[in-house]
Amino acid sequence: MSPPPLIDPATPKRTENRPIAADGQITQGVVIASASVLIAFLAAWEWLPGLLHIPEFILPPASRVWQEFLRAQHDEGLWLHTGITSIEVIVGFVLGSLLGLAIGCALGVSPKSELVLSPYLLALQIAPKVAFAPLFVMWLGFTVYPKILVAILIVFFPVMVNVLSAIRTVDPDLINLARTFSASRWQIFRMIEYPSTMSPLFSGLRIASTLAVIGVVVGELVGGNKGLGYLLTYGEGQGNTALVMVSIIMLTLIGIVAYGAVAMIERKVLHYLPRAQLKTS
Amino acid sequence: MNSPAHAQIEYRAVTKRFAPQRKGAEPVTAITDVTLSIANGEVVSLIGPSGCGKSTLLNMGAGLYAPSEGEVWVDGHRVERPNPQVAFMLQKDLLLPWRSIIENIELGLEIQGSDATGRRARSRALLDRCHLSGFADHYPHQLSGGMRQRAALARTLAVDPLVLLMDEPFSALDAQTKMVLQADLAKSLADEKKTALFITHDLVESVALSDRVLVMSRRPGRIIQEITIDLPDRDNPFGRRQHVRMAEFVRGLTALLDIGHQELNQ
Repeated sequence: MSPPPLIDPATPKRTENRPIAADGQITQGVVIASASVLIAFLAAWEWLPGLLHIPEFILPPASRVWQEFLRAQHDEGLWLHTGITSIEVIVGFVLGSLLGLAIGCALGVSPKSELVLSPYLLALQIAPKVAFAPLFVMWLGFTVYPKILVAILIVFFPVMVNVLSAIRTVDPDLINLARTFSASRWQIFRMIEYPSTMSPLFSGLRIASTLAVIGVVVGELVGGNKGLGYLLTYGEGQGNTALVMVSIIMLTLIGIVAYGAVAMIERKVLHYLPRAQLKTS
Repeated sequence: MNSPAHAQIEYRAVTKRFAPQRKGAEPVTAITDVTLSIANGEVVSLIGPSGCGKSTLLNMGAGLYAPSEGEVWVDGHRVERPNPQVAFMLQKDLLLPWRSIIENIELGLEIQGSDATGRRARSRALLDRCHLSGFADHYPHQLSGGMRQRAALARTLAVDPLVLLMDEPFSALDAQTKMVLQADLAKSLADEKKTALFITHDLVESVALSDRVLVMSRRPGRIIQEITIDLPDRDNPFGRRQHVRMAEFVRGLTALLDIGHQELNQ
């Protein structure tokens, strides 16, 4: 007779009855707790203003905002405004990221040009980008372009800085390894330096995806008659607090979708990294 | 200076000085007047105290930088830049995390422009020989330290260099993995009749793997002793470790390293 196995395979492992989310795991309990917070928040929003006698034009209850959301779809062209803002965010984000990646790589492989340009880049980085919005509106009029331009400007820096520092911090032994194989400068960039930027690039892109929404909204607030930023100021002018809130919620949703899309692409591109390094939180 | 005609890699009176870190300071002399010659198929170990310029010697052999004085020759040509006859391997595996194991092994071949089917076939063969058969499509983070270093060895052998320069390739591994990898390396070097210069801090390793051991002094490093290891089984370090004279060589080297130490303190 064979001896019994030391660990009975049928016995559940200790790890399976750990307390809820001991190490950041998403369990059923966490989902329920998280959903309860949302329900409590919505309930408080719905009934607290009435109980505290806060007038509707200051803080409309949740149901009132929902009605305004349904009304705005027909009467205010909510989806058109949302669509225009989304397109501005996407175009600004993509162009700003590409520019950041390109300039980051160019400065990364050429330390001289970085030395020459760094004081100006630093100055531009310190300058509050949204303050350029009125200037761009003056230059380009009440079109989508000034909004896109603000988004490009605001997206550019986190992406460029991350790409640049990634190239700067590539292990010199990796470069030497490629050199012993007689790699050309271009091969070193293509096979070693550029792929090294991918992980920091995506950290930059995540930040940039939320910044792009800010840039576009500020542009729309300053001038124009389209987009959620415009709808926001329009609602303000009408004293329609619910419409302002609907606009804010739609903007938040655009930000969430943009961030989620970046996180999804990141998981695809950085598939070679251990899962733990890809935590979104 | 009159080295054998069949020398595969040769250092002729090589001195290397590095520019000072601060302005006005003296340049640092890493190694001074090193002359050595390694014959075709010979494996030579280099031991010496930390910071004695062993790695500098290797980097010059690989053509990563030029000597301040003297010359390095590989296969009858003066080394002036990195060249495909020489490959090097470090303590770090330097595997690229975004490439699968097989793609990492192909790195050198890809850089040197060999065609895709040819390099895939060659890397497959090396993968099998380095006992990594099932791991072609794994990524480096999925492998243990020993397996990663095996992949690094396969990448080094893939470009079919005449000379292998190795800088403490096994020093980050645990004792058992290290012995297995030493045996693999010794067999590969013997089978392919490769020439190798092998830096190590491990005196037993140096005796177990090589035909000759060179002992360097403290900085500025120079070669203070050459010991021929006239033991059998160079392709089988396990066998060599059993040899009765093994301990005698290790004892001799231990004593020699102390001599190097005293010379510096005079």
